[in-house]
Amino acid sequence: MTASTGTGPAGRRGVPAWAPVPAAAPSLRADRRRADHAVRAPRAARRPPSRGLDAVLRVVGVVGEVMITVGVVVLLFLAWQLWWTDVVADRAQAAIVSELQWQAPPDVAVPALQKHTDDPPAEPVPALGEVWATLYVPRFGDHYVRPVAEGVDKETILDKVGVGHYPQTSMPGQIGNFAVAGHRTTFGKPFTHIERLRKGDAVVLRTETTWYVYKVTEHLIVYPDQVGVLSPVPDEGTTVSPAPEDGAGGRYLTMTSCHPRYWALQRYVVHGELEYWAPVSSGVPAELDGVDVSQGKKGS
Amino acid sequence: MYAALWRVLPGPTWLKTVELVVLVGVVVAVLFTWVFPAIEPHLPGTDQTVG
Repeated sequence: MTASTGTGPAGRRGVPAWAPVPAAAPSLRADRRRADHAVRAPRAARRPPSRGLDAVLRVVGVVGEVMITVGVVVLLFLAWQLWWTDVVADRAQAAIVSELQWQAPPDVAVPALQKHTDDPPAEPVPALGEVWATLYVPRFGDHYVRPVAEGVDKETILDKVGVGHYPQTSMPGQIGNFAVAGHRTTFGKPFTHIERLRKGDAVVLRTETTWYVYKVTEHLIVYPDQVGVLSPVPDEGTTVSPAPEDGAGGRYLTMTSCHPRYWALQRYVVHGELEYWAPVSSGVPAELDGVDVSQGKKGS
Repeated sequence: MYAALWRVLPGPTWLKTVELVVLVGVVVAVLFTWVFPAIEPHLPGTDQTVG
């Protein structure tokens, strides 16, 4: 920031500070001498620089300020991306869950839960964008619950709703692979702790009528083109394998997120298998003991 | 550039400081609300899905 004009010690408005001082009355001269010692540069430097150099210095000054401004804007972007998107999305996702207004499960003793391992009742096929389930992962916390919408488009689903269901994969509880995706950082980061999941951890999906209790079996790190993890029987290939012809194969769960955490170079993939499904009207799975299942609904 | 901005702001120094804070706040709000959400999808490395 250069201020080569302005008021100097003797009030010389509009005159460059380095210009030679004209002779003046004794009192003024005394003032100026005092001010000289305090403010002015040594005599040698008071020779006026060339106008060309002055202009160049001013341009350099502006360029410097622009670069600092750009740097600050980049830092602000990081703050927005890594903090503000979470603030906004956490609030939005909690609101989506509580707006579902599903009937809360009854508070009955656990053995009353009707566990099934056969084909679950057919769920209505959701439209793209429709929020049709909520996901509970006790390993992620007792208050963790995220809405699940159909589709995995980043801007409309993952950024706005939270967890997305790969539409080309099975519905929960069916023979085949029920696969979901979620952000690891930003926009509420629903799968930020995906690396904490261990073999045997419960991952519970709730639709309006049914609990689906999956248990984690393994995790792996793959590249984004290894779509074999979405196959009806998950593998690590780069194409989706067809379902086994004889109708064999288990009821699998797949969760995908990015890896490493702040860099979408690879994908962190967790696989699980269905342990059982149960009607919501028959109670709460023991795996969710201690977890808040009210979904924001007060009373029942 | 910023020195020129400081000179243009009306009022005594304390008022200029308040005005500067408000201006910065407005710029940050505009960035957070419209500019950053608009450019974020066009940045590389934000995909989360397989395939």
